[in-house]
Amino acid sequence: MAKFTAKPKDLIHIDFKNPQTGWMDTPVDIREHMYCHPSKAKDLETVGFPNIHEWKPIDENWNLPENWKETVLNGIKERLQKYRSFHVFMDICVRCGACADKCHFYLGTGDPKNMPVLRAELLRSVYRKYFTASGKILGKTAGARELTEDVLKEIWNYYYQCTECRRCSVFCPYGIDQAEITMIGRELTNLVGLQLGWIAGPVANCYMKGNHLGLEPHTIKSNIEMMLDDIETITGIRINPTFNRKGAEILFVTPSGDLFAMPGIYTAMGYLMLFHELGLDYTWSTYASEGGNFGFFSSNEMAKRLNSKIYAEAKRLGVKWVLGGECGHMWRVLHQYMDTWNGPADFLEVPRSPITGTVFDNAKSTKMTHISEFTADLIKHGKLKFDKSRNDHLKVTYHDSCNTARGMGMFEEPRYIIKNVCNHFYDMPENTIREKTFCCGSGTGLNASENMELRMRGGLPRANAVKYVHEQHGVNMLANICAIDRATLSASMDYWVPGVGVAGISELVGNALIMKGEKERTADLRGETLPGKEGAE
Amino acid sequence: MYNGGKILIGIIVFLLFAAFPFYNNIGKVSAKPEPKLDTPVIQQLAEKKCVEPKEFMKAEHMQMLNDWRDAAIREGKRIYVNSEGKIFNISLQNTCMNCHSNKKEFCDKCHAYAAVKPYCWTCHIEPKEKRS
Amino acid sequence: MKILFPFFAVIALVLLAVLGTAANLHFLFGVVIPYAALFIFIFGVIYRVLKWAKSPVPFCIPTTCGQQKSLPWIKQNKLENPSSTLHVIGRMALEVLTFRSLFRNIKGELRDSSKFVYGSDKWLWLGGIAFHYAFLIVLLRHIRLFAEPTPAYLYILEAFDGFLQIGIPRLFATGVVLLAAAAFLFLRRIYVPQVRYISLAADYFPLFLIMCIAATGIIMRYFFKTDIVGVKELTMGLVSFSPVIPKGVGSIFYVHLLLVSALFAYFPFSKLVHMAGVFLSPTRNMVANSREFRHVNPWNYPVKVHTYEEYEEDFREKMKMAEIPVEKE
Repeated sequence: MAKFTAKPKDLIHIDFKNPQTGWMDTPVDIREHMYCHPSKAKDLETVGFPNIHEWKPIDENWNLPENWKETVLNGIKERLQKYRSFHVFMDICVRCGACADKCHFYLGTGDPKNMPVLRAELLRSVYRKYFTASGKILGKTAGARELTEDVLKEIWNYYYQCTECRRCSVFCPYGIDQAEITMIGRELTNLVGLQLGWIAGPVANCYMKGNHLGLEPHTIKSNIEMMLDDIETITGIRINPTFNRKGAEILFVTPSGDLFAMPGIYTAMGYLMLFHELGLDYTWSTYASEGGNFGFFSSNEMAKRLNSKIYAEAKRLGVKWVLGGECGHMWRVLHQYMDTWNGPADFLEVPRSPITGTVFDNAKSTKMTHISEFTADLIKHGKLKFDKSRNDHLKVTYHDSCNTARGMGMFEEPRYIIKNVCNHFYDMPENTIREKTFCCGSGTGLNASENMELRMRGGLPRANAVKYVHEQHGVNMLANICAIDRATLSASMDYWVPGVGVAGISELVGNALIMKGEKERTADLRGETLPGKEGAE
Repeated sequence: MYNGGKILIGIIVFLLFAAFPFYNNIGKVSAKPEPKLDTPVIQQLAEKKCVEPKEFMKAEHMQMLNDWRDAAIREGKRIYVNSEGKIFNISLQNTCMNCHSNKKEFCDKCHAYAAVKPYCWTCHIEPKEKRS
Repeated sequence: MKILFPFFAVIALVLLAVLGTAANLHFLFGVVIPYAALFIFIFGVIYRVLKWAKSPVPFCIPTTCGQQKSLPWIKQNKLENPSSTLHVIGRMALEVLTFRSLFRNIKGELRDSSKFVYGSDKWLWLGGIAFHYAFLIVLLRHIRLFAEPTPAYLYILEAFDGFLQIGIPRLFATGVVLLAAAAFLFLRRIYVPQVRYISLAADYFPLFLIMCIAATGIIMRYFFKTDIVGVKELTMGLVSFSPVIPKGVGSIFYVHLLLVSALFAYFPFSKLVHMAGVFLSPTRNMVANSREFRHVNPWNYPVKVHTYEEYEEDFREKMKMAEIPVEKE
């Protein structure tokens, strides 16, 4: 595969003209840089996925199993009976088009099949053909079509050009949620062995080793120890966190991305410093070392299998409640799915901040609280001291992650924290934030490198809004509460808005946090010299 | 979770609306209105004919009355020549109501049935009738 | 084809009614078909709803469009992120009665191949709400044909609807609005390239049908006046199950009636079921309190997991080397 070399100024020439042919008669064009490589057989074997076979997206023949059609149709039938959402969403769309220009992939590609309505119609047309009277009788006139290999390929192509961000659902008069349809569409592709490598790999890792990146227990510890060294260099304080410790009050779970790569590790440093300063009785787990859940991008069952570790580990360690780090889809899963899958967590207690005494009633059943809720509460009670000037070199804007925005509704807590630790904060234009926020363009397991054109296109609307505040206010730091954002927005910023960095909010907290006994800081968590401290070293 | 109860309530509400015309009319007798033409004046007419033919009057009387009003009040015209060339005085009270002096038994019959509220009587004085 | 087929289908219905009345099939078109259509409508809709109801809602998946309920000092957006049934009722009422989500609509555009701009775009909302409310009031106005005596509230409704006092019979604003809004929605489908691209025959058909229904209704009232007393005789006969076919009701009425029957019969098998479906949409009708109260999935089943014991088996030595506590030494 040739390297992706398109320049931003060329990529942004987006043609919004529709093809001359109707969408049913326009064959799918699966092309380089727009799709991810298929999964490795061993990863699928690890978790026991069906119909594992060799195939390539650009090949004519996908080596589908003999009964693939029956499998897919039975899969649809089963899911219609299991999910009212899917069933209702297959039936009630009126094709008003309100969702069309809401999708970042449509805005970035101009491909009409990336309009959420049409993405849904790809599957809906099959549903009509096999499950409705009008589709059976009237066929194409009723918007129905046969399920053929080409149709399956088309569904595959476009359902892996959707990041389940739910922005369409906000604008739909019936709340039709393409994320819900995409999830089911992806389950169908999984039934016939059409998984992505970038999803299957992390899933297998997470299943066997506890986290997507496949960090083994000693590696987790040593990675964190490296961060501790850096923290000591910067603050003069040595922190001693614990791992898999029984009897801790709180289990802390965060996406493994925070333990591995920049800029995620700075966020993790922020957590470590905050918890140390509070003297929090908490522990990390190497078994439940993943908050994120790539299983969620494969199937409901796989997601549940991976998620089960959090409660299991909380129970084994005998903690009182669980605190969760900054991550987007992780919180969609924790907020809307975990308790249903693996609860009730009656062996835990309702989360209560040991510092402020605040009881988090909103997590009364799930017993898991978000780090931003936890931190905002600490700040409100005046339990933390900040030197905001340590973030003065940063002009910050905040990216609402899709999942914490539209699957949770966390808008104010992060902003409250940022405003308390930074002097310069500028929100992006209102139609691009909060419930109308744009996806980073690489969520749901699409953050591979071979699909870079897709990622840059999907990330364009978000980047474009960042560019606006970059130009207007000199914004140079894009804060967020999502590990995938931290990984993918960095690439998207470098491409579209060079000069803007990406940071988790806890990194900004860590920068500003005045710790007991710390030395005068001359550098931020990235080791960059603070303004005005150039001569101090 | 099925929310069966709520859905059932929804279906009942839907049925209440959709079937309203049916249960609303149970036990009610509704007969087709028969406007009465037996006023003394009509009985004395040699040829029992209205200003225009009956079918036309049935469909278009409102339009004609409207035209008459405009002609009489706005243009001061009082002469109407009908399709047969006969001349009538343009006047609700003196022409129309002269024959149809039984508003309750004539006008109101159909108007009430079809739920029509003409605004003739916001200006004109309703004829005083005995209850029949 | 997507436009012509439904267009001719509606024309065929019109011709069918004209021919039917010419062939003296008044009983078929005035009694049998309307009864059948209403029957299909009522039981079809209930059937569809029950079919949806049979599928459970396994997860609590509201789309949150406002601040969640978290810390007491952060103001929750109760209508966009409801945490109680009462809030949900408010959210649904806004959705159903004011088309809240459609009102949010913004148009995204790429300008000069360099920047995206987003502007409020309420045309679809305006067209949609005008269409639906006009349709509702027109429908309610028809109660006068199905109730004797006509209920008093209907006169009030008509007084409002006819407040312009234009013409005789007084012009009802909703009839015109209905036709205009349906025409707007149709033209939008033709002229907005994206919407044209996604439109199916099934999107044009109900529009043509409704435009034709509105047009025949308007014609009957204002132009070729139909014998309203005769019409009511027929409709009252229908609702009291003693059907009569009055003389002198013109064929245009039968055209109107057949088109309405077609709409009713078509309703449950088409996208028009969004009328019922909107109430069952889990992203809107659920309380967003999934961390506060456990949502139960009726088909939740045990899954194969990789237990801690298995994990420790794999990594015990490495864990011990790294001084991470283990269960079995």
